[in-house]
Amino acid sequence: MSGDHQTLALLLFSAFVAVTLGITTWVSRHRHGSAEEFYTGGRLFSPMENGFAIAGDYMSAASFLGISGLIALFGYDGMLYSVGFLVAWLVVLLLVAELVRNCGRFTLADVVAARMRERPVRIAAGTSSVAVSVLYLVAQMVGAGSLVALLLGGTSEAARAWTVIGVGALMVVYVTLGGMRATTWIQIVKAVLLMAGTLALTVLVLLRFHGDFDALLTTAAERSGHGKEFLAPGLAYGGGWTARFDFMSLGLALVLGTAGLPHILSRFYTVPTARAARRSVVWAIGLIGGFYLMTIVLGFGAAALVGTDEVRASSAAGNTAVPLLALDLGGGAGSTGGTVLFAVVAAVAFATILAVVAGITLASSASVAHDLYASLKRPGRARKPRGEVAVARLAAAGIGAVAIALGLLARDLNVAFLVGLAFAVAASANLPVLLYSLFWRNFTTRGAVWSVYGGLVPAVLLVVFSPVVSGSPAAIFPGVDFQVFPLQNPGLVSIPLGFLAGWLGTVLSRERPDEARHAESEVRSLTGAGAV
Amino acid sequence: MEKQDGRVAAELRTDDPWYDAPASGWGELDGTGTPTTPVAPAAAGSPAGTGAADGHAARPGAAEIYLEVQRSAAFQQVRRRYRRFVGPATLAFLLWYLAYVVTATTAPGLMARPVVGAVNVAMVAGLGQFLSTFLLTWAYARHARLHRDRDALDLRWSVFDRTRSEEHRTRAEEHRAAAGERRR
Repeated sequence: MSGDHQTLALLLFSAFVAVTLGITTWVSRHRHGSAEEFYTGGRLFSPMENGFAIAGDYMSAASFLGISGLIALFGYDGMLYSVGFLVAWLVVLLLVAELVRNCGRFTLADVVAARMRERPVRIAAGTSSVAVSVLYLVAQMVGAGSLVALLLGGTSEAARAWTVIGVGALMVVYVTLGGMRATTWIQIVKAVLLMAGTLALTVLVLLRFHGDFDALLTTAAERSGHGKEFLAPGLAYGGGWTARFDFMSLGLALVLGTAGLPHILSRFYTVPTARAARRSVVWAIGLIGGFYLMTIVLGFGAAALVGTDEVRASSAAGNTAVPLLALDLGGGAGSTGGTVLFAVVAAVAFATILAVVAGITLASSASVAHDLYASLKRPGRARKPRGEVAVARLAAAGIGAVAIALGLLARDLNVAFLVGLAFAVAASANLPVLLYSLFWRNFTTRGAVWSVYGGLVPAVLLVVFSPVVSGSPAAIFPGVDFQVFPLQNPGLVSIPLGFLAGWLGTVLSRERPDEARHAESEVRSLTGAGAV
Repeated sequence: MEKQDGRVAAELRTDDPWYDAPASGWGELDGTGTPTTPVAPAAAGSPAGTGAADGHAARPGAAEIYLEVQRSAAFQQVRRRYRRFVGPATLAFLLWYLAYVVTATTAPGLMARPVVGAVNVAMVAGLGQFLSTFLLTWAYARHARLHRDRDALDLRWSVFDRTRSEEHRTRAEEHRAAAGERRR
């Protein structure tokens, strides 16, 4: 990669950082440090703004770089991510968004705790939210690192490490200074940039093939070296039954995980009503659907124009397919067009990573301060919102540090795949408890606690004993082998376990479900009565 | 002392449930960036907003209000309409998605069958998932807007009203009790 790329990309990226820091300062000039403001930005965003912000929170570097890369490498099998990531929003729209907006204040635990004994439920839901967030953060950090490796030629390990550290430091600054309001505006700016960048590349790819999608697919199949098989399922997950079950596991995790992601749930609190939450999800589905349709074009475009082997040579996990595609679309390496497009794509990807990372950090700091700290340190006493926000700011810094460390450790894994893991944990630990407490009259405190831990613990353990961590050449610890569980994605086992544990805990508990509180929670969730 | 504060905050709340009346068919019109609600940050301190755990102690009458509303025909209609749409729709899209995933893994031969040119069954099914998602999103938003929003808002307003009159009543009683105290 030539020096021009780097200079221009770094320039563009610095501009984005400057703009976002400007937003952060601007937004925080009249700060009064209330929890309401820090966690929700004052709940005054419009549906369209929040729809863009949701899309910005959701369309991560994992989608932009990872999915297109997987499609470029494995053809059709990479498309599963696109489909799963989008269909998941139906779960959010139909079952979760409005009810959560009506019932809760800041976090997932608020919704569950409204009907249950507060302390155990908050600790459980807070723990699982933090776990999901950290996993998701690691994925984004790895994306940042691999992008820089490409940008700087992939030689300098130190540069890669420093990027991860720099991204972590920036996100802590955004979150601690700007809270939800700054984070939301950063998401909106980023969503617009990402959509514009993706749209431009898609149009260029389609122009190259004179608008002929069929020709694009045929060329992609030819250059991939797999022929027709490239366009049908089976390349990545076609081997034995292990691979097939892995595919189903991933599919299940993707569709059920989104509704359990803490940073997505916290977005619904930034609008005034449930109706606004619904409309922001409709906006988000439009944007996200369009985006994932375009990633399919970009993935097959990268296979057709760059070539599967070239993509693999640049990054074994495929994370660099889109930047390489941009280089080619602009006129190839060395041309001005190529340089500009490459730099734009790199800067957009950076912006994406920064924004997503800030969103997750904010959500997990809310879980730490509002759920864990408030329940563990000062049981029974009235919470002071100002103290809680200070804790949340500290938590953001702590979570940043953890994510940086893990991001450096896991740097060779595919980003989209890591996100698949985060989704599996979210679907196992957060979704069952959320759905049960919204829809099941007899759900009890014990059921809630069991369903969180009954999903979280198996999901995490299965990952630890999976080929991702040990026992395979691509594992985090390739030297040792304590692999027991054959699948890479635990969802197929851990999601049913989460639901089962919640049911079992409820059936086995002596506590009678509180009819009055169920009535209150049901009326509130469906009508918005008493909502903040 | 704490109770007293909460009650005052609830009374001063500027939050009027009517502001978001689903008046226009074009629901997206107020996406212009102007804040549409005067939700005061003070609402954070109101008993109605702090979740059941804190709320219950503050208002003994609230539980009965919610139970009554839950049993009312109007609420049950809203709930029925919501569930009648969401239940079958969720089942349908989950089954359609799972069928897609399972077929992709177990019957790659079927999925590889060409339809038009390079486009095969798998590609059609994948794009069909996108299409069905968009359609269902549209259908749900329309159903909620036409059949649920107005009634839900009425209920929200009536709960708000009853909670407030309940608070007035308890406060009047306290006043009377306090007055009696002074006379003695």
